[in-house]
Amino acid sequence: MYKIVAKRELNPTVTMMDIYAPLVAAKAEAGQFIILRVDSDGERIPLTVAGYDRERGTVRIIFQIVGGTTMRLNAKNTGEYLSDFVGPLGCATRTENIKKVCIVGGGVGCAIALPVAQKFKRIGCEVHSIIGFRNKDLLILEDEFKECSDKLTVMTDDGSYGRRGVVTEPLKEAIERGENYDEVIAIGPLIMMKFVVATTKPYNVPTTVSMNPIMIDGTGMCGGCRLTVGGKTKFACVDGPDFNGFEVDFDEAMARSDAYAEFEKGEREKCCNLFRGIK
Amino acid sequence: MAVQPMKNAMPVQDAQVRAKNFKEVAIGYDEKIAVAEAQRCLNCKNSPCVAACPVNVSIPQFISKIKDGDFEGAYSVISESSSLPAVCGRVCPQETQCESKCTLGIKFQPVGIGRLERFAADYHNANSDGKIDLPKSNGHRVAVIGSGPSGLTCAGDLAKKGYKVTVFEALHLAGGVLVYGIPEFRLPKEIVSKEVKTLENYGVEIKTNVVIGKTLTVDELFEDGFEAVFIGSGAGLPNFMGIPGEGLKGVYSANEFLTRANLMKAYRGDAQTPIMHAKRVAVVGGGNVAMDAARTALRLGAEKVYIIYRRSMTELPARREEVEHAEEEGIDFRLLRNPVEIIGYHNAEDRRDPKNGFVTGIKVIKCELGEPDERGRRRPVEIAGSEYVLDVDCVIIAIGTSPNPLIKNTTAGLEVNKHGGIIVDESTGKTSREGVFAGGDAVTGAATVILAMGAGKTAAKAIDEYISSKRK
Repeated sequence: MYKIVAKRELNPTVTMMDIYAPLVAAKAEAGQFIILRVDSDGERIPLTVAGYDRERGTVRIIFQIVGGTTMRLNAKNTGEYLSDFVGPLGCATRTENIKKVCIVGGGVGCAIALPVAQKFKRIGCEVHSIIGFRNKDLLILEDEFKECSDKLTVMTDDGSYGRRGVVTEPLKEAIERGENYDEVIAIGPLIMMKFVVATTKPYNVPTTVSMNPIMIDGTGMCGGCRLTVGGKTKFACVDGPDFNGFEVDFDEAMARSDAYAEFEKGEREKCCNLFRGIK
Repeated sequence: MAVQPMKNAMPVQDAQVRAKNFKEVAIGYDEKIAVAEAQRCLNCKNSPCVAACPVNVSIPQFISKIKDGDFEGAYSVISESSSLPAVCGRVCPQETQCESKCTLGIKFQPVGIGRLERFAADYHNANSDGKIDLPKSNGHRVAVIGSGPSGLTCAGDLAKKGYKVTVFEALHLAGGVLVYGIPEFRLPKEIVSKEVKTLENYGVEIKTNVVIGKTLTVDELFEDGFEAVFIGSGAGLPNFMGIPGEGLKGVYSANEFLTRANLMKAYRGDAQTPIMHAKRVAVVGGGNVAMDAARTALRLGAEKVYIIYRRSMTELPARREEVEHAEEEGIDFRLLRNPVEIIGYHNAEDRRDPKNGFVTGIKVIKCELGEPDERGRRRPVEIAGSEYVLDVDCVIIAIGTSPNPLIKNTTAGLEVNKHGGIIVDESTGKTSREGVFAGGDAVTGAATVILAMGAGKTAAKAIDEYISSKRK
């Protein structure tokens, strides 16, 4: 069992938790993920590591409440336990030969982008961050990004905070302005990552994307997380989750991501009724 | 008294009934049938059956205990050699091992050794109080990676010799392929958990949620004080065919499909893990895993399930008993067929059509058998222009696996062959790294439960010798 040692609501649909898991905390690196089960009949879900504290032995996760499992997870409080928590899985984000980087985060993807930005800052890179949200209410981690970015641009779709528009606009401007990025790292919804790649490709700026497909074991056994990258079948859990954005088949990944949309809808309703019953 | 020429039949659930439930297909012998079957054993002098068993169970001895009505005694004899009798009695291919060498089998049907083994194990599980004589600890620590058949066997054998064994399991539950792969109707999970519990009673510690190669490395296990490490991490990454359409929704690897159904209990209405309840399913492949996937799909409510295999029934590698069970349940074998494309729904007018991207069919090409390949199996040769489409809404690919790279990539000096399997000395399980042993699918690629158990047993013996020799 894995204790929840801290819990904080970042916005109405996004929650942060610190989980006591010393073996995972000892090894976790930015870009890796964990798999958890909330209870003994629970589904296994992958969540990318949002931070870690090696001394305290805790791993930070930030999740959006989207389906049955994340609802059940969000119903747990500090001092309670998760049934299972395993990791760190996947490969850490590569940092070699990168001196100047642009981190592009979208929505809850910013939670995963943050430790990546922090890591680049720590090793002495120049870090530019562009983070985007649908509106002001959904904004998360702005202060944390400010701290680790040499330049920060906040975007909202509706202009209720920061600049109005999507993340690819300031990215394109920066590239055209001559910010010679060694690498652009995009972490967010598939559609955002697809458009980031479409933005950087004409300028041939190397672009890494962080994929978070449906998974079960997360160790290279089930093959559920497969993606087509450069025309080949790759497994996000062992080959990724970071991939060369220019090679990822986003259309296939997007189609596969909603394979269980109907089931999830049912689960959400079931959970809503369940929690209504408790309250 | 004349010998009864035929084996006592195994009571089974009716094919029509069982095709709709996940309860065990074979019900098992009762005491009376077991004694009658045991009486068929000739107790012949050289007992060829024992040598044909990968873990060398003292077969005539346990059968003679059953003959005498000493069922617990029969179990004791088996458990001297096998750490998982209730599992072996169910999933071993006895027809190619012990029973294939049975002297009675020369003239008649061989003794139903597997059925008797299962009987003795089930009798013990139902009647024992779980108490065991704890072996005296020798203070030496051994790490076992993976809690599948090879790991559990290795752990059990070492624990019985007094070693302090810790088993590291990546998943949340111990058992490996016995819990995620082999379906409930062939091997009830309660039986696996009982066998695991027995090992824990012997002092084996099982740590779930630890991925060796990620959470900890082999080197760290040695630093932590383990004196030897056994790698039984299993097969690994599922193979795909590399044909168009494998990324469509409704295409599963057998590993994913079976893991959802077995480990995550997706067959139950209240499960939190989803699985497609497809109506028409094509399973590609001809091994036991393909049979398991096909019969699971049927039980999840499919009206039509095809097995697509590129050779003929003669070459089909699954156990005969599994093929017969599948046929009785109505699985449709489409032999000498090779898939060339998986076809999906695509509404060009409406990109938001929820049916977009789901499987609608599989295009196959007819084959004929040509010259034998290097393994002696006749090669399938495609017949040009013979393609046609089978309408299905789910495709399950069961064409084998490739070794998992996690341990190899993080263990310096561990040599692997060109397929990625760990290289070992077969008689000891020794790898190229001192103190590191390996066995099971991580070495051989996908094989059987009993072969993995045999490898675990061999390695346990070698580990005992290795640590004993260091002590001197």
